[in-house]
Amino acid sequence: MTTVEGATAGRRRALEPRRVATRHGWTIGVYVLLLLLLIAYIWALAPVTFTSFDLKTIVIGALPLAFAAMAQAVIVISGGIDLSLGVMVAVINVSAASLMENQSFATSLLIAFGLMLLGVVIGTINGGLIVLTGVPDIVVTLAMSFVWGGVALLIMRTPGGGSPLEYQALGTGVFGIEWIPAGAVIIALVLALVWLPIRWRRPGFAIYAVGSNRDRAYLSGVNVATTRVLAYSIGGFFAAMGGLAATATTGIGTPYAGTFITLNSVAAVVLGGVSLAGGKGGVVGPVAAAFCLTLVPSIMVFQGIDPNYGQVIQGALIVIVVMIGGLVLLRERR
Amino acid sequence: MSTAATTPDELAPRPGPVRAAGHFLIDRPLIMLSAILVLLLIACEIASPGYLGADRMGIILQFSAPLAFLAAGQTLVMLTAGIDLSVAATATAAAYIMAGQASRGTATALAIAVLVGLVVGLINGIGVGVFRVNPLIMTLGMASIVSGYLTVSAQSFVTGVPLVPEFVRELAVGSLIGDAIPKSLLLWGPVAALILLGLRYSGYGRMLYAVGDNPLACRLAGVRIWQVLLVVYILCSILAAIGGVLYVGVINAADLQLVSPYLLPSVAAVVIGGTSIFGGIGGYSGTILGAIILVVLDSLLTLLDASQAFKQILYGAIILLLAWLYATSTKRV
Amino acid sequence: MSLLEVRNVAKRYGPVVALKSADLVVEPGEVHALLGANGAGKSTLVKVLTGVIRHDSGTIKVNGKDVRIGSPEGARRVGFAPVFQDPALLPDLTVAQNMRLTRTPIAGVREWLERMGLTVDLTEMTGNLPLPTLRMLDLARALARDPQLLMLDEITAALPSDLAEKVFTVMREWRDQGRSVLFISHRLAEVSAACDRASVLRDGRTVGTLVPKAGEEEKIVELMLGESRSKLAAEIEAEVDKVEAGPVGREVQLEVRDLLVGDDPGGVSFQLRTGEILGVAALEGQGQDRLFDYLAGERRPPSGEMLVAGRPFTPHHPYDAIRAGVVLVPADRVLALLPQRPIRENIAAPLFNRISRWGPINRGDERRRVQNAIDRLSIDTRAQRQARRLSGGNQQKLTIARWLAAGFTTMLCFDPTRGIDVGTKRQIYALLRELAEAGAAVLLFTSELPEIQLVCDRAVVVYRGKVTTEMPAADADEPALLRAAHGLGTVEAAA
Repeated sequence: MTTVEGATAGRRRALEPRRVATRHGWTIGVYVLLLLLLIAYIWALAPVTFTSFDLKTIVIGALPLAFAAMAQAVIVISGGIDLSLGVMVAVINVSAASLMENQSFATSLLIAFGLMLLGVVIGTINGGLIVLTGVPDIVVTLAMSFVWGGVALLIMRTPGGGSPLEYQALGTGVFGIEWIPAGAVIIALVLALVWLPIRWRRPGFAIYAVGSNRDRAYLSGVNVATTRVLAYSIGGFFAAMGGLAATATTGIGTPYAGTFITLNSVAAVVLGGVSLAGGKGGVVGPVAAAFCLTLVPSIMVFQGIDPNYGQVIQGALIVIVVMIGGLVLLRERR
Repeated sequence: MSTAATTPDELAPRPGPVRAAGHFLIDRPLIMLSAILVLLLIACEIASPGYLGADRMGIILQFSAPLAFLAAGQTLVMLTAGIDLSVAATATAAAYIMAGQASRGTATALAIAVLVGLVVGLINGIGVGVFRVNPLIMTLGMASIVSGYLTVSAQSFVTGVPLVPEFVRELAVGSLIGDAIPKSLLLWGPVAALILLGLRYSGYGRMLYAVGDNPLACRLAGVRIWQVLLVVYILCSILAAIGGVLYVGVINAADLQLVSPYLLPSVAAVVIGGTSIFGGIGGYSGTILGAIILVVLDSLLTLLDASQAFKQILYGAIILLLAWLYATSTKRV
Repeated sequence: MSLLEVRNVAKRYGPVVALKSADLVVEPGEVHALLGANGAGKSTLVKVLTGVIRHDSGTIKVNGKDVRIGSPEGARRVGFAPVFQDPALLPDLTVAQNMRLTRTPIAGVREWLERMGLTVDLTEMTGNLPLPTLRMLDLARALARDPQLLMLDEITAALPSDLAEKVFTVMREWRDQGRSVLFISHRLAEVSAACDRASVLRDGRTVGTLVPKAGEEEKIVELMLGESRSKLAAEIEAEVDKVEAGPVGREVQLEVRDLLVGDDPGGVSFQLRTGEILGVAALEGQGQDRLFDYLAGERRPPSGEMLVAGRPFTPHHPYDAIRAGVVLVPADRVLALLPQRPIRENIAAPLFNRISRWGPINRGDERRRVQNAIDRLSIDTRAQRQARRLSGGNQQKLTIARWLAAGFTTMLCFDPTRGIDVGTKRQIYALLRELAEAGAAVLLFTSELPEIQLVCDRAVVVYRGKVTTEMPAADADEPALLRAAHGLGTVEAAA
């Protein structure tokens, strides 16, 4: 209990290596993993050189999942889970693709903002149902995945629709120079403009508090119900971004891809260092994990390995990682 | 430590007749479920007169059998407050590999199918029971591993000509006494009886309920919980494997995504059937009815010429409604 | 005009009455103690005042105005700042974030920490900080909100004496500024030293308010005990007398040597013979929890030995303990009960804890054992379906019934009658005497000190992880135990 008080001094201390390691160790591990995978990617690509095009391709491939991972992360941190995320992404995706077809760029942007709001609404409905009915989150979101999936099918029976090229460029293009994929910029902007202001203010603390220990959060004066719904609303927003990203990167709408994104969003969250019990972890780790999960199949393809091994590796990665986590917890308990 | 309290039964006031009827229904979910089933069947008849023919129940049971097997395993696991999201992948793998190995003889092929279930269940059980991994994650991971591995090594699992053995086909779609009694009942019946009796009258059944209800109390009573969990996940995967075999018998074509649409319904059937996702209460009888209800619901929506979209929306809404019903009824306590 | 005026506040949970009629008057500029034995209603009253629960009837006035405190925010709004025994700080947030979460001005917190002479890194995760630090942080946080009434719930428990001193200094300062403190504590010496007045609760009612003076703690003890003691005592004695006290066996069934149960060096040592009921008396957190944990196989002791029937006893899991005949009846029914399962399954649970017992159940055997247990304990079986619907007393009986059905040689009872009605207490204690008479060895920890003399043959007092006193039942009356439990009358009396 011997340290220096005061804000500036506190910040200096926060950068001390040992403390950084314990608090952010896992996330750093994910970044390292990402770096390693990137290196593996470049190496597997040989003798073809790694160009900015490849970097763009990586970002394009990971973009929807990255947003879904962000959504799931916020929800899991608050102590919940949403198994309908993938379908929510699909709903926004098909809505965008059908509305934006043959529209101007400006209109498509308007539509995009409208759909972001729709995402918030869907998320709020999910969260509201969970809090109001008292039915466990797994069951509610499982059931709602059918409902939202049906809605997606209502909007678009088979893959189709379209979007203006300028809009697609937001996901597939570059920002300024060749080496900065536009998609990456969008992720960074969303994080900086939407998540960070929430995270470092009272709403964010409330979300972590509710996930950490609901009773103590209540005693600290937090409105637990509202906070839980808020987490799902934010998740809905990020899911909408994922849907919009899918429209941009694929150019069309696909009503089906739901399950894949849902399962992988949970995987990304676990790999990204977020505790399923809630209260611990961040949003950036899962984003990095999403990229990791997308890189693996690509590397497989280059090496001539059946990309389906990618699924095996993804699954094995998750299982081994959580088993190690479980071991650590068991050891602590002794 | 709850601030709300439960009124002990010995002191609760006697409810009036209407409430008593309500309590009666809620305390006996089977009656309520049967009522729902009957309503659905009537609705089917209205939508398509002649639906309720002599063989209709037989056909419904035939189609419900594979789901009922997947849901059986899911029931056992959910009783322990767990969940198994790998049942569909396991079922697919078992079915596919069995079809691929059929040339070795039906008995061998079937044994291999069961073996697939055993191995997957063993790994799940070790993860959840020994390493205390969250079942959602463990089984999710296994689902990826299993379906990925299956896709990759699909060819290597096939020796000779892949086919669905005649025995399996007969079992899945054959029937006795005209079309009234499906042959799959010959398998499903005994297994269901075993599960129902086991849950009620075996020490292991008691342990399943106990572990789901309060693992702390179990530990206090000297139960080694990892043993219980290991076995339950093995049972679940084996049941899933059998379900997959039956399903491929019905469809008569093995493919790599065979059973995946059945994953969520396997959970839904259990929830509708009255087993709590938090464990400790429920049973297989409700699940059987839940599975049949889901199959009939599906038929009804098809008969109504509902688009795939509407079917799904209604499906989800009804599951949620039923789950809410149970949530409020158990809160009454 | 009083700062806080509580009149006739009542609260019940179904048939269980937690508060019958509580009164409390706190004047501005006063340190007021709230005292009472376990189950007297102290914690319920505190929960009402801090907004965690709502009272059923009665009035609460703050500065003359009627108030309805419905939530923690509500309590905050009327100027109450609680410091709970379990600090309400979120472990996964840093200290600073916790402050911002509760809209507490950080400058104020820092100021108070400085005034108390403490330095805490505000960017540290509260989950990493030790309990004493968290308590002080919670205190600083409460103070920074400039409340009218500071409520300290057992704040000095588990606080080293230097920090406790700081707390007292702060309390005095606060009082001198014209504010008030509600001091809830078991520690009578502290109450005499630091408080201006004290209100005593017993059986859900306020039985008296007095000015505590050093050396006159007996008055408080008397108030806390009251005549209910003699009523219960008479009833239990009547019941117990029916059972002929058998001679205490010579063999040592359970022995403990230097078992490390506290943070201080040295450990607990005692012997328990067959046919004997040995009582353990201790205040909260003196090491008795860990003692029972080790004996029951829940945890492994860092040092020390345990022996059963003369042979080394090193259980790795409760299963090992049960196999050795050592069984546990815990205080918290949440630990032992299968809430959604019927009575029969609850009682029969240990019968199937082995793989060899997973097969078909021998129904006749089970029925016999279960019925036998139900009869001996007179369990009310009207509520067959789910154990959670039973009354608290019946639930506790279930736990004991479990071991009757399964068989045992040594029974560890950890506060088995906590929060139980008198009638059931009577039955449980009578049964314990019967069991001992039949040859079982019973180790009984109870926070209800008067009962030790009524049920036990001998008693040991544990203070700070060591057995400080041992006395035969005849000497173990409540004042003697209370004194010994508080460390009074021994060398380590000075906190």
